[in-house]
Formats: sequence, structure tokens, C-alpha cells
Amino acid sequence: MMTLDELKKIREKMQNEVNIRQEAGDRIRVLVGMATCGIASGARPVLRTLADGVQNKNLTDKIVVSQTGCIGLCQYEPIVEVIKPGEPKVTYVHMNPEKAEEVLTRHLIGGHVVRDYTLESSNLK
Amino acid sequence: MMTEISLNILDVAENSTRAKASLVTIIVDANTAEDRLAVTISDDGCGMTQEQIEHVTDPFFTTRKTRKVGLGVPFFKQAAELTGGSFNITSEVGVGTTTKAEFVLSSVDRVPLGDMDSTIHTLITCHQDTDFLYIYRYNGREFQLDTREIRMILGDVPFDSPDVSAFIMQYLQANRIETDGGAAY
Repeated sequence: MMTLDELKKIREKMQNEVNIRQEAGDRIRVLVGMATCGIASGARPVLRTLADGVQNKNLTDKIVVSQTGCIGLCQYEPIVEVIKPGEPKVTYVHMNPEKAEEVLTRHLIGGHVVRDYTLESSNLK
Repeated sequence: MMTEISLNILDVAENSTRAKASLVTIIVDANTAEDRLAVTISDDGCGMTQEQIEHVTDPFFTTRKTRKVGLGVPFFKQAAELTGGSFNITSEVGVGTTTKAEFVLSSVDRVPLGDMDSTIHTLITCHQDTDFLYIYRYNGREFQLDTREIRMILGDVPFDSPDVSAFIMQYLQANRIETDGGAAY
């Protein structure tokens, strides 16, 4: 069985690194809908793609990925909302891991909204 | 319907976190000789009133304001009962809620358990203020992961830091395989 011992090494390593996490208000917030509607339509791998991507690219001091509940647009799930300080909120709909990867690269890192996947482009009825 | 039992577990455990639970215990207990898979999710959250308990399995009842249906618990109940298994939910205001579903393993109507590693990893890394105790049993063998133990070792190092997050995933995968021999069911 794998034990928790390795965590001690990780802790020692982390304590030697200077942790300069920005105040929560300055970071980009990425919210993934994780109510029944989101989970049933595939939100878990979308959340994991975004969270792993942000962690692996060492962006946790700039981007915070978290969960939210149901915003009442269940038919558009999985939904990802991106909130950048000082900019209007962007709502991505019908997401999947591939689209999430693209949003991470082009929008969260590159700064350009991926228009094709937004709620506005989906002919909201 | 959820396509995996692990998604039902994620969904119901999310309810526990929204109920402000400080500890959520998730037990997955599979026994092939008994042809049974038992899933228990218990929390010390705010609990439900008598009226809420009476309606919790009604798909047209929810406490949410954003929509008028609440399918999470009915989905879980249906998934279990379709296999010839059982479903039970008990709750007390101020004490917490326990949800238990039993599945008949060999039933053709049983959906796969699915990716439990991802469900537990998602819960732990996305709800850092909540503790989780996960116990996985397969034919009598078991392993467990207790975030209270992890917290004691890590101190203030967050669960979503890359090394910790990766470790938690590896720990779940390696110990699951050692417990069930990599059985897919």
C-alpha cells in the first residue's frame, strides 16, 4: 500500500518556496457548474482539465478554478464561467475537456475570449 | 440517469458540502461473493427537516431557486432500485444526513461504478475547508484516505498545489488497484 509518507517531502519542498499567492480579488475566477445537471452532462472531466491545467502550468497564483451550483441553464451544461477583474463575465456552454483546454490556452492565458463556445453564440432561446 | 455510480456519489457528496458539513464520509464496499455493492455517504451538515426528508426522492422537489426539479437523489435511488437493490436516506436537523444505496452487482441494469478516483480527487481538491474520509472495500480488503491525516502532515500547504494534487490522485489509483486488483465493474 502507498502511504502518506511522501507528503512530508512535499511539505518540506513547499515550505522552502516563497508563496506569493495574489489576493483572491486580483485573480481570474473560473467557475464550473457542479450541480446534478452539470455532473450528469460531463462537468467532472471539464473541471479536472481546467484545475490540472492551471496547477501544471503553475498558474494557481493568477487563476482560481472552483465550483458553483446550478445557474438555471441546465440545458447548456457543462457551463464554465470566467470572471476577470474589470471585465464582463464570459459564460461558456456545452463544454468538454477539449474545449476547456482551448479556453485555458486562448482565453485564460492568451487573453482572447473563445467566441464560438460562449452562451451568446449558442442562439439562446 | 448518471452514466457512472461514481457520478451519483460526487453529486450527493456535493450536497453534503452545500449543507456545510465539516466531515463527509464515503464508503464504497463491493463484495462479489454476496453480489452486492454498498455505497454510504454520511455527513455532519445541517441536515433536513421532516418535510424535506419526505420529499427528497420526489424529482419535482428541490430547495434550489434556479430550477424546479431536483433529480440528484431520485437518480441515485433509481440507479440502485433498478438493480433489485435498495435505497435509504436518514437525516436530522443539526446532526447530518446519511444516504445509503445498495446495488446488485450482477444485475444487467447496474451502471458501472466508474472513475471513483476522479470523484474523490475532485471533492478533496475543490472543497479544502471540508474533510473527507473515503473507505474503499473490495471482497474484504480495504484502504482509506482521510484528509484530516493529510492536513496534519501538510499544515498550511493547500491541497490544490500541483505536487499535493498529483500525490492524492496517485495515492487513490495505486491503493485502489492494490485493493481490488484492478477489477473493472
